Amino acid sequence: MGETPQRSADAGTGGTRVTHGHEWPAGASARVAEAPVSTRTPGGAGLGGGGALPTARRFGAERAFRGLTLAAGTFVLAVIAAIAIFLIAKAVPALRANTANFWTFEGWSPNDTEPKFGIGALAFGTVLSSALALLIAVPVALGIALYLSHYAPRRLGTGLGFLIDLLAAVPSVVFGLWGRDYFSGPVTDLSIWLNTYFGWIPLFGGNGPYGASILLGALVLAIMVLPIITSLSREVFLQTPTANQEAALALGATRWEMLRTAVLPYGRPGIIAAVMLGLGRALGETIALALTLGITFDISFNLIENGGNTIAANIANAFGEANETGRGALIASGLVLFAITLIVNITARAIIHRRREFTESAA
Amino acid sequence: MSTLTSHRRSPAAQPPTLRAKRLPKWMPPAIALGALLVAAAIVYGTGLGGPVLVVVVGGLLYLGGLYAAANAVEGQRAARNRTWSALIHSAFVLAVLPLASVVWTLLSRGAERLDADFFGTSMNNIGARDPNGGAYHAIVGTLEQVGIATLITVPIGILCAIYIVEYGRGRFAFAIRFFVDVMTGIPSIVSGLFVLAFWVLIVSPYFSSTGRPGFSGFAAALALSVLMLPTVVRSTEEMLRLVPAPLREGAYALGVPKWKTILRVVLPTALPGIVTGVMLAIARAAGETAPVLLVAGGGAAINLNPFENNQSSLALFVYQQAGDASRYAPARAWTAALTLVALVLVLTIAAKLLARRNRLGR
Repeated sequence: MGETPQRSADAGTGGTRVTHGHEWPAGASARVAEAPVSTRTPGGAGLGGGGALPTARRFGAERAFRGLTLAAGTFVLAVIAAIAIFLIAKAVPALRANTANFWTFEGWSPNDTEPKFGIGALAFGTVLSSALALLIAVPVALGIALYLSHYAPRRLGTGLGFLIDLLAAVPSVVFGLWGRDYFSGPVTDLSIWLNTYFGWIPLFGGNGPYGASILLGALVLAIMVLPIITSLSREVFLQTPTANQEAALALGATRWEMLRTAVLPYGRPGIIAAVMLGLGRALGETIALALTLGITFDISFNLIENGGNTIAANIANAFGEANETGRGALIASGLVLFAITLIVNITARAIIHRRREFTESAA
Repeated sequence: MSTLTSHRRSPAAQPPTLRAKRLPKWMPPAIALGALLVAAAIVYGTGLGGPVLVVVVGGLLYLGGLYAAANAVEGQRAARNRTWSALIHSAFVLAVLPLASVVWTLLSRGAERLDADFFGTSMNNIGARDPNGGAYHAIVGTLEQVGIATLITVPIGILCAIYIVEYGRGRFAFAIRFFVDVMTGIPSIVSGLFVLAFWVLIVSPYFSSTGRPGFSGFAAALALSVLMLPTVVRSTEEMLRLVPAPLREGAYALGVPKWKTILRVVLPTALPGIVTGVMLAIARAAGETAPVLLVAGGGAAINLNPFENNQSSLALFVYQQAGDASRYAPARAWTAALTLVALVLVLTIAAKLLARRNRLGR
C-alpha cells in the first residue's frame, strides 16, 4: 500500500551521506538513523566536520524511542496471546466439571450440582443467524453501494453515503431495542403468512408462537450490518479508476455491463473484506440478539418459531445468575466464539492478501 | 460474442437513423402500474395476503414485464441493463425503509423522557411504579470508562503504529500487522470475557479492600481498550504512511535524528488523521454494551469512582431498562438510546469533518 514513499525516503537519506553512500544499500532503512552514529563512534576525529556533530551514545533517545515503539508492538501480540491463555485457563476447570458432552449436549445448566452444558446448539444458532443475515444483507448492501456510487446524482450520493456512514456507527443495542419493540410485529405477521402458505417447507413449519425467532434475529442483524458493508464497498467502488469505466463505456457497454466488467472485478477484494467484516460483526453480536431471540437450546432449522440462541446472546443472558462453574462454562463458550471469529478473520485476510497480488486494488 | 452477433443482426430492424430504438418514456411507469393492478387482482382474488404482498408481487411482475418489453424493443443487453438498474434502485428503497424506521422510532420515542430529570438523577431507589428516574449515573460511567480507555489506548496504539511504519521490518512487524488485523475482528463479548477472566477474577482481588473479586468501571475501560486498540493502530498506520517522504528527507538532511523527526515532523503532519481515527474508535467503544455488562456489572446508583464497585454505562442502561418489567422502563430505555446515539453521532460527525479538512487527504 504505502510502501513506495517509505522506500523513497530511505533512498533520499542514504544519498545525502555522500562519503559513505556505498556502504549501505538504499533499502536498508532501519539503519539509516543509526548509521551516522555508528560511523562516528570509532575515534571521533574522522573526516572534516565530525566534531560539530553530536557525539553518539549507545543508549540515546533514539534507542529508547525505538524500544518504546517495539514494546508497544509486542504488547499487541501479548494481548492476543493473553486473551487465549486466560480464556483457556478459566474454561478448563468448568469443562472438567461438565458431566455432559460439551460438543453435542443440547442445553445449558452449568450452575447445577451436576453441571451439564453443551455448545452445539449455540454454535449452530450463531452460524445460522449470521449466515442468514449475510444472505439477506449482502445483495442489498451491494445494490445500495452501487446506487450511491454510480446511479445517484453525485451530490445525493455523497450526502446519503455520509448518512450510511453515520448509521454504521449506531450502537447495536439501539437496533436490538427497535427489533424487539417495533420490528417483531411485522415479522410475526410475515411468519404467520409464511407458515400458512409455505408450512410444508420445514424451514417455515411448526405451530407457533411466532415472532422472537431466528428470522427476527437474522433480519435485525442484517439491518445492522447493512450500513457497514455498504459504506465499505461504496468506498471501494468509488476508487475504481475512471479510465477503466470510461473505456468500458466507450466500447459500447451499457451501464450494467460497465459495472460488471470494470467496477465489480476491481472491487472484489474490497467486497470480500467488507462481507467478512460484516460476518465478524454478525458472529460476535451480543445485545441485539439477546433482545430479539427467544432463548431455546435445541438445534432446529425452523426459522419462524420462537427460539434460537447464539453463543454471545447466551453469555449476556446467562451471566447474571452464573456461579463459578457457570462463569467458566460461559468463558468456554466465548473461547469457541473466539476460535470461530479467528478462523473467519484469518481466512478473509488470506483471501484478500492473495487476491491483491492479482488485482492490485486497495482492499 | 453475443454482443457482436446481436449487433450485426439488429440494423435490419432499425430505422436508418443512427439512434437505437428505445422504449418510450411512458412505458416503464405504465408497466409498473399494470404490474401493480395485476398483482392486486391476483392477491385479492385468491385472498393470499394484504397490501404488502401486492407491492412485492407487483415489484416482481414489474421486473419481469420491464425485461420482456425492453427485450422486445431494445434488445437483450439493454433489457438486462434496465432490469439491473431497477433492482439496484429497489435495493436502495428496501434498505432505506427499516433504517428510516429505526431513526424515526428513536426520535419519537426518545423525546418522551428528554427532560432535566433524566439527565440529573440516577436510578437509585427508583421502583417499578416510579415514572421518573434518569441516566446520570450511566452517562458518568460511559464518560469515565471511555475516557480511561482512550488514555490507555492512544499512546500504545500510536507507538505501535509508529513501530509498524517506521521501524518494523521483516517477520515480526508482519506478525504485528497481521494480528492487529485479526484483533479488529474480536467480538466485544470475548474482550469482555477476557477482562473478566484476567482482571476481575484474578487481579482485582489483590487491589480490593475485601480481597474478593469485584466489578469496576476500570475493568470496563480495559475491555473497551482491547476493542479500540486495533482501530487506533490501523488508522494511525494509514495516516503515517500518507506523510510525504520529502518531509522526512528534509528532516534527515538537516541532521535531525529519526525519533525527533517522527515526533516533530511526521506525527504533527498526520495528527488530524490520527485524531479522526481515535474519535471513530471512541464512538464505537461508547456504544458497546456486552463488555460493560460482564465486567462493570451495572448499578443503579451514582458511582464516580471507576476503580471500585459497580458502574453502569449508557448502552448497558438501555439494555437493562429494556429488560425491566416496569411500564416506565421502555421510555427510559429509548431516551437513553437517543442520548447514546447523539453522543456517538456527534463524535462521528466531528471526526468526519476533521477528516475532510485533513491536508493529507486520502
